[in-house]
Amino acid sequence: MSDNKIDHYRRRFLGQTAAIAGGATLAGGLLLNAVAEARPADQAASSANRWGLLIDTSKCASDCDECVKACEMEHGWGRGSTDEQKSRPEQKAQWIRKVTVRDRATGHETSLPMMCQHCAHPPCVDVCPTGASMKRADGIVQVDKHRCIGCRYCMMACPYKARSFIHEDLHDQKTESPRGKGTVESCNLCVNRVDRGEQPACAEACPEKAILFGDLKDPGSEIARRLASEPSTEIRGDLGLDLGVRYQHI
Amino acid sequence: MKPTTFREISGDSTGFWALLGLLGLLIAAGLGAAWYMEHNGHWVTGMNNQIVWGMPHVFAVFLIVAASGALNVASMASVFGRTALKPLSRLSGLLAIALLAGGLMVLVLDLGHPDRLIMAMMNLNFMSIFAWNIILYNGFFLIVGIYLWTMMEKRANRHTKTAGLFAFVWRLILTTGTGSIFGWLVARQAYDAAIMAPMFIALSFSFGLAIFMLVLFASYRWAGRPLGDYMIVRMQRLLGLFVIAALFFVVVYHLTNLYAAEHRSVEHFMLDGDNVYSGLFWVGYVLLGSLIPMAIAWFGPFRASLGWATTAAALVVAGGLAMMYVIIIGGQAYPLQLFPGKEVSSSFFDGVVNPYSPTLAETLLGIGGVGIALAIVVVGIRLLKFLPLSLEDARVDPHYKADEA
Repeated sequence: MSDNKIDHYRRRFLGQTAAIAGGATLAGGLLLNAVAEARPADQAASSANRWGLLIDTSKCASDCDECVKACEMEHGWGRGSTDEQKSRPEQKAQWIRKVTVRDRATGHETSLPMMCQHCAHPPCVDVCPTGASMKRADGIVQVDKHRCIGCRYCMMACPYKARSFIHEDLHDQKTESPRGKGTVESCNLCVNRVDRGEQPACAEACPEKAILFGDLKDPGSEIARRLASEPSTEIRGDLGLDLGVRYQHI
Repeated sequence: MKPTTFREISGDSTGFWALLGLLGLLIAAGLGAAWYMEHNGHWVTGMNNQIVWGMPHVFAVFLIVAASGALNVASMASVFGRTALKPLSRLSGLLAIALLAGGLMVLVLDLGHPDRLIMAMMNLNFMSIFAWNIILYNGFFLIVGIYLWTMMEKRANRHTKTAGLFAFVWRLILTTGTGSIFGWLVARQAYDAAIMAPMFIALSFSFGLAIFMLVLFASYRWAGRPLGDYMIVRMQRLLGLFVIAALFFVVVYHLTNLYAAEHRSVEHFMLDGDNVYSGLFWVGYVLLGSLIPMAIAWFGPFRASLGWATTAAALVVAGGLAMMYVIIIGGQAYPLQLFPGKEVSSSFFDGVVNPYSPTLAETLLGIGGVGIALAIVVVGIRLLKFLPLSLEDARVDPHYKADEA
C-alpha cells in the first residue's frame, strides 16, 4: 500500500470521526436540548452550580397544563400512575399545579405553574427533625424518603404548599422516583434528569417554552443572562428565602 | 402542721379494677385506631394535604403542654417555698411524666412512619425545633424522674430543691419549644409570632393545674382519703390566677394581630368567622374555659366547694382542648397567602378555607393518650408512695386552729 493511499484512508477516517463527533454534539444539543453537563454518578453535586427556573407567565395559557402532565408522567403521580385510588382529592399528591392569580382591584388574571421553589434557605429543611428534607449543594431541595418519618412539619413550614403526604400504599412507581406511604414528597427539579445533563420534564414539555431551566451561577447561561437583563420576581420574596424559581409578568 | 405520711392506695376495691379496666379499654381503642391508621395509611383519616395535623395533634399538644404545667405544683413547693403544696409534689411529678408519655404516644403513633422513630433519634437536625423537642421531652422524663427520687428517697431529700429548680427551668424551655413549633412557622398567617412561646407557657400552667386538680380530687374521693377546704381553696385560686395569665397572653396575641392590617383577615377568620373556630374560641375557650373558671375561683358562693372546683378544672380542660383545636386546625384551615392581596385558585385547594372533619379513629387515638396518662397515674399511686394519707386542714393549713374545725 502506498503512502498516498494510507494518507487517503487516514484523512477519510479523521474526517468521518470529526463528522460523527460534530453530529453527535449537535444532535445532543438539539435533540436533548441539554443545558447541563451530565455528572458522573460517583461525583457529588457541586455548589459551583445552582439550578433554577425562570417562568414567563405571559406565555402561560390558563387552559394548558402540559408541564403538570409531564411531571405526572416523569415521576409517576396523578395521571402518570394508577395509584392513590383510595385517597380523596384533597389527599392526593401534587408535585406541580397550575395556579390562577386574580387581582382583586382590576380583575386581571395570571396563570402560572407552582412547584417547590427550591429556596436557598428552605424552611422545610430547617424544621425537618431527621434531615430527610434536604438541600443539595447545587440548590435542589428534595426529600430522602428512606429517612422521612412522616411528621409533616415540612408541610406546615412550606410557604408554597409544595409538599404532599402519601396517604396510602403505592405500587405503580417509576424507578427513578421512589415514593411511599407515610412519607412526604415534592418537586425535586427532576434531579434524575438534571444529573444526566437534561432539563426538568416541565421545562421540556412547555409548548410555549415559558419555563427556562439553567444554572443561576453560570453568568454565561441563558437563565442568568435573562435574569440579569429582564425583571423577575420571587413569590413571597418578603420571606427572604432566596428562591431558585423566579417568575416574570406576575 | 404535722409531717406528711405518704401511702400507696389499697387498690383492692372493685372500683379500682373497674377504673383500670376502663383505662385499659381506652388504651386498647387508641392503639387499635393507630394500627388501623398506619395499616391503611392516612386516607382513612380526616387529614389531608391541607390539614396535615389533625385531631391526634390537638390531643398530643394539649397533653404535652399540660405535662409541663402539671409539674408546677411541685415547682411551687420546692423552688418557690410554698410549703403547703409540698405534700402534693410527688403526685405533681408523676402526673407530669404520665401526661408527657400520653401526649408523645399520640404524636408518635400518628407519624407516617412511627417505625422509623429510632432512626429519627439517631439523625437529629439541630436546626429543627422538633429535634430539640426530642431531647427536651426525653430529658424531662429523666429530670423529673430524678426529682421524684430526691423527694421519695430520704437520703436524697437534701437535693430536692436543686433538682426542682433544674426541672422547673427545663420545663420552661420545654414549653418554649412546644410553643415555638408554631411560633417559628413563617409560612402561616395564624402562627409566626414570638408570643406563642410564652402564651403556651401560660396555657400550660392552667391546663396542667386543671388536670392535676381533677386527678387529685378523684383520687382522694375514690380512695376515701380526707381532703380539707384549705387545699381546695388554694387550688381554686391558683387555677383562677393561671387562667387569667393565659388569657392575658391570648388577648395580647390577638390585639397585636388585629392592629396589623396584613393580619386582620386571619383574625376575622378566627374571631368572627362563619366557622367552628370562632365558636370554639369564644364559647369554648373564653367563656367556658376562662371566664366561668375565673368566677368560680374568686366569687364567694363557689369557694371551698369540691364540686365547683371540679367543675372549674373540667371547664379549663375542655376550654384548653377547644383552644388547641382553634390554634392547630384553625391555623391550617386558613389558606396560605401565596400572593398577598390577590385571589388565588388551583386544583390543590389554594385560596380556599380548608375543611376538616376528624374521624373516630383520630379521636380514639387522642383519647388513648389520655388513657395511657391516667393509667400511669393509677398504677403509680397503687405501687408507690405518691399520695399523702390525709390532706385535711389540720395537716396542710399552716394557720390551722383546732377551734375553726
